Amino acid sequence: MDFYLGLLQIMGVHTLLGLSAYVVLQTGQITLAQAGFMAIGAYAAAMLTVLAGWPLVVALVAGALVAGLMACLVGFPALRVHGLMLVVATIAFTEIVRLFFFNFDYQIARGSLQVGPLGGEGFRQIRYFPENGWTTMHVAVFIWIVVALVMAALWWMDRSRAGVVLRAVGEDEIAAQSCGINLTAVKVSAMTAGGAIAGLAGGIYAHYTTHIEQTNFTILVATFAIAYPILGGLSSVFGTLAAVVFIQGFLVEGLRFLGDWRNLLFGALIVLVMNVRPSGLLDARTTAMLRRLLGRKEG
Amino acid sequence: MLELQNLSKHFGGVRAVDGLSLRIDPGQIFGLIGPNGSGKSTTVNLITGLLQATHGSIRLAGEEITRLPTHARLSTGIARTFQNIRLFGQLTVWQNLWVAENSKAQRQHTGFMPRWLGGERGARVRITRALEFSGLADKADELASNLAFGEQRRLELARAMAAEPKVLLLDEPAAGMNPEEIGALDDRIRHIRDSGITVLLIEHHMELIMAIADRIAVLNFGQKIAEGTPAEVQAHPAVREAYLGTAEH
Repeated sequence: MDFYLGLLQIMGVHTLLGLSAYVVLQTGQITLAQAGFMAIGAYAAAMLTVLAGWPLVVALVAGALVAGLMACLVGFPALRVHGLMLVVATIAFTEIVRLFFFNFDYQIARGSLQVGPLGGEGFRQIRYFPENGWTTMHVAVFIWIVVALVMAALWWMDRSRAGVVLRAVGEDEIAAQSCGINLTAVKVSAMTAGGAIAGLAGGIYAHYTTHIEQTNFTILVATFAIAYPILGGLSSVFGTLAAVVFIQGFLVEGLRFLGDWRNLLFGALIVLVMNVRPSGLLDARTTAMLRRLLGRKEG
Repeated sequence: MLELQNLSKHFGGVRAVDGLSLRIDPGQIFGLIGPNGSGKSTTVNLITGLLQATHGSIRLAGEEITRLPTHARLSTGIARTFQNIRLFGQLTVWQNLWVAENSKAQRQHTGFMPRWLGGERGARVRITRALEFSGLADKADELASNLAFGEQRRLELARAMAAEPKVLLLDEPAAGMNPEEIGALDDRIRHIRDSGITVLLIEHHMELIMAIADRIAVLNFGQKIAEGTPAEVQAHPAVREAYLGTAEH
């Protein structure tokens, strides 16, 4: 049972991570900075509960805000570059953040223990959940409540004019500008929202694993973050969810007996989807069709 | 309404637009014609801000807009269509118009309300009217990329109109249309003018422009070689030379 609950927790965090990239990808920006924002959120939230003794939810929100603020600051210079150059710039950002935490020590004495981040050793003893008597079940339910809230917010946004504007920028920047859309404002907002969601994912991740270190936030994690929405499609948040369930549930866990060969399958899957469904599983055409089938006329 | 003064755009040594001055009066259909490469599209890109002018100034209703970024020019009242249609293909027809609801007045009540929640009632009324005007009412939930060519042109025109501009720039709106569609376009452009919007029409299709323009300027090598009513321009020797070439070369 605990195995499945643990899997649910992983899926929850990865769904948040995928959604954080979903927002940014909608504006046509390919970003590998999400692992960096996740790390910032993870360390910030964990330091707030462990060192400052804040309640969990407040610490998670604060971690998300810090990551979002960072994303906003990074967004201005980063979004001046396009396409491949943006990919390179965001890889550099994730690496800088990782190396920062590799060198970051801030420990204080808690009884006989020293707690806090300790460079390459990582940040151990993030024991908010066990100390407050949360079971694995409680944690899994809590994570999915957060996921549901974020999904609902993005689902709502997709139906509002704001969501339409994000996608218009992703489709054609020149046309969007000519329609009066301020590209910088839109892209930086998307980056900020994405950074905050990644920070939230990081904060949750830090607390359920109880131990984080810089190797948890590598480029590989950032690759997963953009793989989910790319595979799932950018027209619906449910595409990202489906991709996470498929990759984490089936490819990573279901095929565990294949060992490291699974990574090969992951690569093959991306190539396959890019060929068969270039705009992802749930693309605009499919969602429009589903909506017609459900008899709804939504914006 | 729209005034260009000594406007120039140089790309290295190439003078794509060279000291162009134009005055477009309110409520006119102003035609801009010229051979290929004469600087017509560059002029449109300068007016909309996709290109920055090397020299000269652009004024809209007396307001200096030469250095404004593209998106800000829309809310001063300039909207355009593109020679090679640029719709948001993966958005629906309705969404394409919704994106363009961006004038100053409209922006106050745009935001985070979904269409089906009754949010933005004003937008709903305006978009429905625009769709009817363009004959696209039954295609509202179709993806823009699924539309036929003529429908895409009509949608792009409707999108430009959605921001309620003062000046509408049409960059070769008849390109690729059949005579019947051109006739309908003709009516639509007149209708737009009659509703009080100034139109700058760039066109290769001579019959269309001669039939509907109130005034025409002719460009060649980035310079204005003639300006006047359609009849005056047609009779102008420099125009004949630019278009037909002369024997004495």
